[in-house]
Amino acid sequence: MKIGIPKEIHQGERRVASTPEVVAKLSKLGFSVAVEAGAGAAASYTDDAYAAAGCEIVGSANDLWAQSDVVLKIRAPEGDEVKRLKSGQTLISFLWPAQNPDLLKNLTDRGITAIAMDCIPRISRAQKMDALSSMSNISGYRAIVEAAEHFGRFFTGQITAAGKVQPAKVLVIGAGVAGLAAIGTARGMGAIVRSFDTRPEVKEQIESMDAQFLMLDFKDENGTGEGGYAKVMSDEFIKAEMALFAEQAADVDIIVTTALIPGKPAPRLITAEMIKSMKAGSVVVDLAAEQGGNCELTEPGKVVVKHGVSIIGYTDIPSRMATQSSQLYSNNLYNLITDMTPGKNGEILIDMDDEVIRGATVCTGGKTTWPPPAPKLSAAPKKVAPTPAPVAVEKKKSVWGPILTIGIAALALFGLGSVAPPDLMEHLTVFVLACFVGYMVIWNVTPALHTPLMSVTNAISSIIVIGALIQVSSTGSMIKWIALCTLLITSINIVGGFAVTRRMLDMFHK
Amino acid sequence: MISSGVVTASYIAAIVLFILALSGLSNQETARRGNWYGITGMVIALLATVLGVVTNHYIELLTVLVVGGSIGLLLAKRVQMTEMPEFIAILHSLVGLAAVLVGYANFADTSVHMTGVYLTVHDVETYLGILIGALTCSGSIVAFAKLSGRIGSKPLTLPGRHWFNLGLLLSVIWLGREFVIQSAAGGGMLPLIIMTGFALVFGIHMVLAIGGADMPVVISMLNSYSGWAAAATGFMLNNDLLIVTGALVGSSGAILSYIMCRAMNRKFLSVIAGGFGSSGGTTVSAASGEQEGEVSAVTAIEAAELLGNAKEVMIIPGYGMAVAKAQQIVSEITSTLQAKGVNVRFAIHPVAGRMPGQMNVLLAEAKVPYDIVFEMDEINADFPKVDVSLVIGANDIVNPSAIDDPNSALAGMPVLECWKGKTSIVLKRSMATGYAGVQNPLFFKDNTRMLFGDAKDTLPSVLEAL
Repeated sequence: MKIGIPKEIHQGERRVASTPEVVAKLSKLGFSVAVEAGAGAAASYTDDAYAAAGCEIVGSANDLWAQSDVVLKIRAPEGDEVKRLKSGQTLISFLWPAQNPDLLKNLTDRGITAIAMDCIPRISRAQKMDALSSMSNISGYRAIVEAAEHFGRFFTGQITAAGKVQPAKVLVIGAGVAGLAAIGTARGMGAIVRSFDTRPEVKEQIESMDAQFLMLDFKDENGTGEGGYAKVMSDEFIKAEMALFAEQAADVDIIVTTALIPGKPAPRLITAEMIKSMKAGSVVVDLAAEQGGNCELTEPGKVVVKHGVSIIGYTDIPSRMATQSSQLYSNNLYNLITDMTPGKNGEILIDMDDEVIRGATVCTGGKTTWPPPAPKLSAAPKKVAPTPAPVAVEKKKSVWGPILTIGIAALALFGLGSVAPPDLMEHLTVFVLACFVGYMVIWNVTPALHTPLMSVTNAISSIIVIGALIQVSSTGSMIKWIALCTLLITSINIVGGFAVTRRMLDMFHK
Repeated sequence: MISSGVVTASYIAAIVLFILALSGLSNQETARRGNWYGITGMVIALLATVLGVVTNHYIELLTVLVVGGSIGLLLAKRVQMTEMPEFIAILHSLVGLAAVLVGYANFADTSVHMTGVYLTVHDVETYLGILIGALTCSGSIVAFAKLSGRIGSKPLTLPGRHWFNLGLLLSVIWLGREFVIQSAAGGGMLPLIIMTGFALVFGIHMVLAIGGADMPVVISMLNSYSGWAAAATGFMLNNDLLIVTGALVGSSGAILSYIMCRAMNRKFLSVIAGGFGSSGGTTVSAASGEQEGEVSAVTAIEAAELLGNAKEVMIIPGYGMAVAKAQQIVSEITSTLQAKGVNVRFAIHPVAGRMPGQMNVLLAEAKVPYDIVFEMDEINADFPKVDVSLVIGANDIVNPSAIDDPNSALAGMPVLECWKGKTSIVLKRSMATGYAGVQNPLFFKDNTRMLFGDAKDTLPSVLEAL
């Protein structure tokens, strides 16, 4: 089969669907590849490089479209491009079927097999084909670079001979792929980075990037929707969220917003009031500009300065890093095509039983196959409704218990004292004091030394040997022999106990 | 011959030295010095007694001391660190036996004449000393046999064993009364001997009824008894040195028992009553025992990869490590990982092993530096940051149902929360349950990998793969 790579005709689009490197790999899969002359020029891939990779260079767009079985593109086809498509051809590109129902209908009617890169299901297996993530990653990086260009200060704090420089404070709203990339880039440049997201499970990811996660003091509402994307939150939540942003806006220098909800216009998060409260010279980068923008004052496609704040609303951020975007996008495409070419024979196969291909195929054979059935696996397991924690019923301890115990003990002691000989009471005094000393001393023993503690207490409890020594001088021979026997076993114990304690303690070292 | 005042002064010195010996154990640096204090105290006490009290039979005395000392030294040198619990147990039995012998010799000694209340008090002291001594002796011997595997570690649960114990207790009290009465009339040997027999039986039965998991409590308790036996002997002989030393040892053992009970969330009485996990008294949830699920097994090579790629590794050793004598190889794995820049730490549960602090001793033997070995309370909060937890031959101490399942036999027992880390690798011979007989949901968790096999065989392969 022949793969065709036309030049993108969208105004300002610099990316190309396939790099020379990927073209070479596609040839190895058995495809022949043709590229429109100058298709990669804006992304710094020359025709010579394509030719060197074994690619045919076709001068006219019409010829290229006519001879290709599979067309690889970035942007959805527009204008003449749609008319060039003919029945049986396969088109792989971003399509946004939800936003472009007319295009979808048109493609269906023309009998095209259309595979939308934006409809690749978000499952682990399909990560390598996830072009949205690739592009988001680039957007996040570039957002910081764009912000840096319009921001009049360093990102990193410095103490120089000429004075102290405060580090820039960056707030990243929405910690998806783009948000995390922005956090990483800003951190790499030395800024203080804070981030907010409605999905609590991304807290760890934010913190792993060395940024501070802004907690919303709000009852447990989880903003995770299907497929790990965000969902629309309740009104109260949004109110609390807006209060947080208003507070942050006055403090930070740069705000990067990346909040998107699939199939919905971008949520309005930064109001004109908040922009007014920002310091002059601050920058807002609105990565959601194409979907209407997260900031009220964003003008899609433009950089505007309002109330002294630069608001960047570019809608073509990946295209501004065309070389990088083209490389990642074409790798995503290549991974998809590899999966679709099980025979490695240059023939693609639309396997509608394959969850990934089923999800991405929006129309084939004259039938619309979008939206696909709900995905079987979501990125985050749904939470089971929490069972109410068992309420620990704590019995109230009676005040009388200890008093009773002490009372009995005191009575017993007095009873004993009234009948016992005085020297018993003296010994008892010593005994009780020794118990308390032991209690105090033993609690200080480190748990790591409990075994040596046992062996050493065992050795010193052999002090019972004194008893045997007193008896050994007795006149009775039976008592003498019993005493000697006691001496034998206690001496085993004394020496054995101390020796083994020493052996153990010698092993402990730092 | 030195005067009795000097003897008493020496005893005071010995007492102070013993207290210093115990307080030296508060950390590893001072512990060695503490042991020397203990030895010095013992030598002073012995010398003072020999010089101040003993009047003849010096030759026999010296011979016996040298012979006994050599035997003790030899045993202490020979004993393996993994056999430490049973070694300590047998030493306890010797203290108990000594208390019994001293008690009998004292009773048989008719050279001192006492009358009235003095005689009664003295008789009671003798009786108690022999009772506790006999109990300690037989109990320790059974504990020794259990720990060394000479008899099974399953609790022996006779029907009506509580009544049996109660009967023994009542007859011992009755015999005590008989003994005091007969002793006043010049006899009393018979009730004393019968009581000794009863006490021996009671000691045997008590330890037999206690399961393997409760062994740390038992051994600390016997440690405590050996102290009380010494204290009772001290009362009998009117000797304050014995009383103080006995009280120190007794409270030491009692505190250890308390710590061990708390670490298992068990009541001391229910441990002593025995039959953990098998009696009707404890509530064992049948449902939690039948939990099933899928476990994911890994090979030694995969385990090595997981360990090698981690930044934070926590090793949780249990009794299984002691059984497999795997501490040496664990130490080598530790140093290999450390050489790769992995931060390796050890988490020790208070009741890991068969006696308090056993894991620490084993790791110290294998030259694991003690500053990377942590107690449960110090380390439990760190688990969320841990990449890989390596559980070696431990089961009940890492059982999440102790926290999650209020019906579990382990409910309320503090455990090492390794499942909060990224991955746990559990080394185990099979899917058998631990001593508590409770299935461990940890094995079925998504982030748990099982490495089946004897740690003796699997760990060297892990080391090799590293």
